Amino acid sequence: MGLLSKKDAKLITDPLADNNPITIQVLGICSALAVTAELKPSIVMAISVMFVLAMGSTVISLIRNIIPSKIRIIVQLVIAAALVIIVDQILKAFAYELSKQLSVFVGLIITNCIIMGRFEAFALANGPWKSFLDGIGNSAGYGIILIIVGFFRELLGSGSLLGYKVLGDAIEKTGVYAYGYENNGFMLLAPMALITIGIIIWVQRSRNTSLIEHN
Amino acid sequence: MAKNLESNTYTVLFASGMVIIVGALLAFVASSLQEKITENKRIEKQQNILYALGVNENDETSVEFVSKDIVGAEFSKYITKQLVISGTEAVEDPNAYLIDIKKEATEAKNPNYKRKLPLFVGEKDGVTLYIVPVRGKGLWDAIWGYIALDDQLVVQGVYFDHQGETPGLGSNIKERFFMDDFKGEHILDGDTFKGINAAKGNADPKNLDKMDFEVDAIAGATITGTGLSAMLKKDLAMYIPYLKTLKQ
Repeated sequence: MGLLSKKDAKLITDPLADNNPITIQVLGICSALAVTAELKPSIVMAISVMFVLAMGSTVISLIRNIIPSKIRIIVQLVIAAALVIIVDQILKAFAYELSKQLSVFVGLIITNCIIMGRFEAFALANGPWKSFLDGIGNSAGYGIILIIVGFFRELLGSGSLLGYKVLGDAIEKTGVYAYGYENNGFMLLAPMALITIGIIIWVQRSRNTSLIEHN
Repeated sequence: MAKNLESNTYTVLFASGMVIIVGALLAFVASSLQEKITENKRIEKQQNILYALGVNENDETSVEFVSKDIVGAEFSKYITKQLVISGTEAVEDPNAYLIDIKKEATEAKNPNYKRKLPLFVGEKDGVTLYIVPVRGKGLWDAIWGYIALDDQLVVQGVYFDHQGETPGLGSNIKERFFMDDFKGEHILDGDTFKGINAAKGNADPKNLDKMDFEVDAIAGATITGTGLSAMLKKDLAMYIPYLKTLKQ
């Protein structure tokens, strides 16, 4: 990446793996469980969070020197919520169909711990450009996990991907269902999302043992 | 900066300033876009009603409304009459589709209030259908829909929508695989109103039995399904006295 210095590039690449917001920082778990029953909402959520986090981090970083620390959490919350609502209103006026698809996510974005977590941990202490990159990096790391979990939950739970029945028709018994395969309905429920994330964490830490905490 | 960022005065001033700026910004955005948003909602309502009637751009699996540009013309072409129902009586009202169902339901808690029940009469391929708007509660927020019935009170099409059901689970009430199941379902058992249940563990996943007053529920969306069944039972019931007069 010629455009970015090595340090800046690290802001984007680190959260993708070794400092992933979900598997390492354990932020944003709630929405990772809520929206990953299918692949499509996972992708929508990933893009929305990227937008809000990058914008919000930049704004917070710009005003970081005038925010009184006693009420900084409230200030962060207000900025995140205001951003989301303004975007939602504009979409409702000019891209109504898109806003219908996103409506469900609005509440989930505002309350996403990653947003508050990165505002608090990074944007308050760093310049706007760095904060912007940090926002992009962290939401990308979040998005990757969401998409992986969404992929497995939709594939094993509904036998489809993005709504396409890749494994055949479960009711007509075509494709793999003809050989006695059944969808695992449990994959559609939140507990299996947690277990899937657990497996991802396990795989990641066994491949890179320096991530394991010792106490 | 010379100011003491930790002083109480500064904190209060900052908080008030922030509230005023953000509040003004939000109010400005909301009021300047209000007109467009209302217009979009009106168009959406027309699209939803037409969808239930079977006027849409669906292919195999998608849910596609008629396009925004022609919806007004299509609406006046297919929707022949708009009625406001009271008991077995009906009065024509060319703007019945603008009646706010949510507001009517709230007002109706007052026993002296006469609730306006809109009903849309549409004609497609020579068949007259009666489209009933319904509104209820899902797991997180409101759910609503439009049910198209023929004069024998058999469902010929539905459209459901929701405010905030869980993505991938409850939100699937607006997917084809769920909505299409309602086609052909009866809501009357002889003369008794039964409604339609989104049933778990019904032994009819292909939905061949149209007289069982059941469709296959969505896995992982029990409460949304229960809310949807309750919505159908409650809101359709208000129209039954009038709809039964059509059956004779």
